[in-house]
This record gives sequence, C-alpha cells and structure tokens, in this order.
Amino acid sequence: MPDALLTLAGVHTHIGQYHILQGVDFGVPRGGVTVLLGRNGAGKTTTMRTIMGLNPPSRGQITFDGATISGLTPHAIARSGVAYVPEQMGVFADLTVAENMTLAALAGPPDTARLEWIFSFFPALKKFWRSPAGVLSGGQKQMLAIARAVIEPRALLLIDEPTKGIAPAIIDNMIGAFEELKQQATTILLVEQNFHFASSLGDTVAVMDDGRIVHAGSMAALATDTTLQSRLLGLSLDAHG
Amino acid sequence: MTTTVAPAAVDADKDDALKGAPRDWLPLLLVPALAVLAYPLVGNPSTWVTLTIAALAMGMMIFVIASGLTLVFGLMDVLNFGHGAFIAVGAYVAMTVLGTLQGWTQAPSLALNLAALGLATLAAMTATGALGWAFERVIVRPVYGRHLEQILVTTGGLIVAEQLIHVIWGGDQKPMPLPTALRGAITLGDINIEKFRLLAVLVGLVVFGVIALVLQRTKIGLLIRAGVENREMVEALGYRVRRLFVGVFVVGSALAGLGGTLWALYRETLTAAIGGDVIVLVFIVIIIGGLGSVGGCFIGSILVAMMANYTGYVAPKVALASNILLMVAILMWRPQGLYPVAKR
Repeated sequence: MPDALLTLAGVHTHIGQYHILQGVDFGVPRGGVTVLLGRNGAGKTTTMRTIMGLNPPSRGQITFDGATISGLTPHAIARSGVAYVPEQMGVFADLTVAENMTLAALAGPPDTARLEWIFSFFPALKKFWRSPAGVLSGGQKQMLAIARAVIEPRALLLIDEPTKGIAPAIIDNMIGAFEELKQQATTILLVEQNFHFASSLGDTVAVMDDGRIVHAGSMAALATDTTLQSRLLGLSLDAHG
Repeated sequence: MTTTVAPAAVDADKDDALKGAPRDWLPLLLVPALAVLAYPLVGNPSTWVTLTIAALAMGMMIFVIASGLTLVFGLMDVLNFGHGAFIAVGAYVAMTVLGTLQGWTQAPSLALNLAALGLATLAAMTATGALGWAFERVIVRPVYGRHLEQILVTTGGLIVAEQLIHVIWGGDQKPMPLPTALRGAITLGDINIEKFRLLAVLVGLVVFGVIALVLQRTKIGLLIRAGVENREMVEALGYRVRRLFVGVFVVGSALAGLGGTLWALYRETLTAAIGGDVIVLVFIVIIIGGLGSVGGCFIGSILVAMMANYTGYVAPKVALASNILLMVAILMWRPQGLYPVAKR
C-alpha cells in the first residue's frame, strides 16, 4: 500500500493453543482513520494487541514507519510513537486522573496547552483531576483512556472500541476529538462496532472474519453499498443510522 | 520527583473533585479496636502496655520483611516462597559483622553500638540485595506467570540457601547478642519497655515512611503503583516493567535482610531456619493486607503481632492458631484483604 504508516503482512498470532490471527494482511494509510470492523471474535482486539506487542505474532511481519516492530516489546513499540487505548480502557483506578496523565506523558510534565485542548472535549477530566480514576463513571474512564493516549502527539493511535457502553453525548465529544486529531494528521486505527461512529470518522476500512482480513477499501464505498455491508457485516448503515 | 500539572481552574473544582475520593479508615480502626478488646482480657495495665509495645516492635519487623514481598507479588504476580532465604542470610551476615566488631558492640557507648549495628545492617542489606538480584535472574525469571512452578522453584531456592548457610556458618544455633547499650529496658512506673523494641519500632516507622514517600512522591513510585494494578498497561505506555520489577525485587530482598537482622537480634539467637519460621507470619500479613498493598501490609503486620502477643499471654494454647483465625475473620469481611489493590 502506498504511503502506509503501518503494515501487517501475513501476521499469525497464537494465544496458548488457540490460533487467533491466521495471516492478517492490511495497511493503515498515513494521516487518516482506518476502521477495523468485524463480528465478535473475529480477531480485531488480538490484531491491536499484536501490533502493540502484547500478544507477539508467531509469524509474519509488522512494519511501522518503515521499521519492523514485530518482535519488539510493548514499551519499545510505545516509545516508537504508538499509543494504545485498550478495550478495557486500562486506566489505573488507584491513581488520580492527574497521575494517570502524568504517567502517559513520556517527555516530561504534561503540556498545559495540550491539557486545555483535551479538557475542551472532556471537561469531566478537569473536574476530577485530583480524584482517583476508580471513582469515575465508565464514560469518564473512557475519556481518560483516550486523553492519556493523546497527551502527547503520537504518530499512530490504536483505539479499541471506544464507544462501547458510552453515552451518546460523550460519543459526540469523542467524534469531535478524533476529527481534530485527523486534522493534525494523526493516523488512527480504530476498532469499532458502532457503524455510525465508524463511518462518520473512517477514511478506510478493513473487515475481519475468522482471523483474516476479508475486505479492505474506502469507508465511503462501504457506507453507501448496503449489499456489501450486508454481506460483510450483516447490517446496513440505514438500519444503524 | 513526580510532577503533576494543575491546569488553570482545576483548583476551583478541587472540592467537588475530592468528594469522589473517600478515604477508607475502617481497617485502621482495627488496630485500636484490637488493643481495647485485649485490655480487659490482659487485666494488668502495665502488662497490657508492655505487650502492646512488644507487638508494635514485632509488627514493624514483620512489616520490614513483608513490604518487599507484597510489592513483588503485586507487580509481577510472583509467589516467592524463597523470601525466607534473604531473612536468614541477612541475619547471618549481620551476625558475622557484629562478631568482628565486638569491641564496638560491647563498649558502653550507644554511638559505637549503633555504628556497629549500622554497619552490620548495611552489610546484610547489601548481601541480600545482591542475592536477590541473582535469585530473580536465575530462579524467578524462568518461571514468570507460572505460579505452581514458582512455588516449587522458590521453595527449592530456600532449601538450597539454608543448606549453604549450614556449609558456611555451620548448622548449630548461633547466639546474636544485643549491643550493650540496647540491652535491658526503660522503666516508666510499672511499665518496662525494652530498648531494642523501641529501636525496632523506630526502624519500622522510618522504612514505612520512606516507602510511602517513594510510592507517593516519585515517578518510580507512581510506576510501581500503576504496575501493581495493571503492568501490561504500564508497558503499553512505554515503560520497562521488567526492569522496575528487578529493582523492587532487589530492594525487597535488602529489606528482608534488614528484617532478618532485627528479628535475630529480637530473638538473640538464630538458625538457618529463621526465615522459614517467620515467613508464615509474613504470608498471613500480605494476604490480610491485600496483595500488593503496602498500607495494608503495614496495618496487617501490626494486627498479626498484636494478636500473637495478646493471645500468647492470655491463652497460650490458642496463640499458634490465633493469626490463622484473624486471617479467616478479615477475609470473611474483606475477601481481597484490608486494602485490595484494584487489578485490571
């Protein structure tokens, strides 16, 4: 793929005795939002964890910004410019919101202007700045998880199902934040079940099934092709709009 | 030091924000509650004070030993049954150093006594820290994430260490006399407070204070607290948890060496099995406290020591089982321990 920031080529991942990813091939174009779609159990979360080095691939190659990252440790991958928001959010409940943010800022204390930008989308984080993250609601924890990933500019954001169980008002704020990140030319790989959310943000799409990519192309094409949606996802945008 | 930015207008919302952060004081109340409960059973006020101070001293020694172990478990889920080896080796190294400094320990000078004790402790902590580094590298590292193998292999490490102690220092029981100025007791009316116990309380409080300061005020402490909760996420944020764990393991081993030195001086005698003798109490403490919780470990240590001392006086026949009963009671109230660490 031309000018792909991230490329997966023939990636296989085993977790214990299970062969989850069975030859994943796709690329994430630089500066856009790529959405990874698929039914539950298709291998989307494992793909994200494999890219992040949390479930290292047993075979295949992952290239990020021209360098091979398959086989690197998660901390090395993070330091190379990849931020990760896991499906379970991964906020540190016993640490305050401020401490969570401080840990995520690798270059030193968080930049105040960047923080104010984050607070403009997620004002609850400012309100609960000194509170343990454990007391936040599910939506507020998701805000914190995303805020942590964008506290410093990163080349690639891996975001796993950010809208899961989240109130619509917060989802609107997320869309606003991701739109601005797109304008800043941040590359995002998004796993998402909410097709409305996915289609409103995505530039390109990859659809997974049984540990493989079964479709890759533009999101606009998929969003307007109800037959393709129905074949790949068993839904149509009209039904979920 | 940790620097957390306080953006504009955050302070204005501080009160609202803090409403969501209740402090859990209930476990702290257990300590005075147990002391008050024991008072009528003990009967004699001076005996009660003596037992309580003895319990505080014992509790602090257990805390010093247990604090590293609870962090080691919390950070990497490593069940280290070999922790007793560091207690024993620390005690033997300290005994050797104190033996060579007999002129200082037997001099009627508190300064010289403390200097000897300081050097012995330093040697013990250095030796057990180094041993801990080797133990982690050779014994623990190959069995990360495999609990059953960890139990077997670290227990094996403990046995090997005890046999090596027999080879180096001999298998007989060794005397570990207190330095001259730390012998005896301070008498306040009818109350006798042994000098060494006061020193043990002081050392325990200093260790707790330093650990609390590091955990709450430094970036390393922030990483340890975060790692205890979700080490995978700490890695994904860009930090090497493995390196952090080695550091915690080494410090925990050094603290076990310090604890072993204090414990041997407390008993004024030692054998290679000294670690195994105290490790049962240590495991009870870290389970009661909440695996990975240093605050819980601190409260748990005091509770266990109080229970051992009070029941040892009031009902010696149930003393052995008393801490098991205490653990059962606490786990029935809080199954994850007094201060459970939020695990992902």
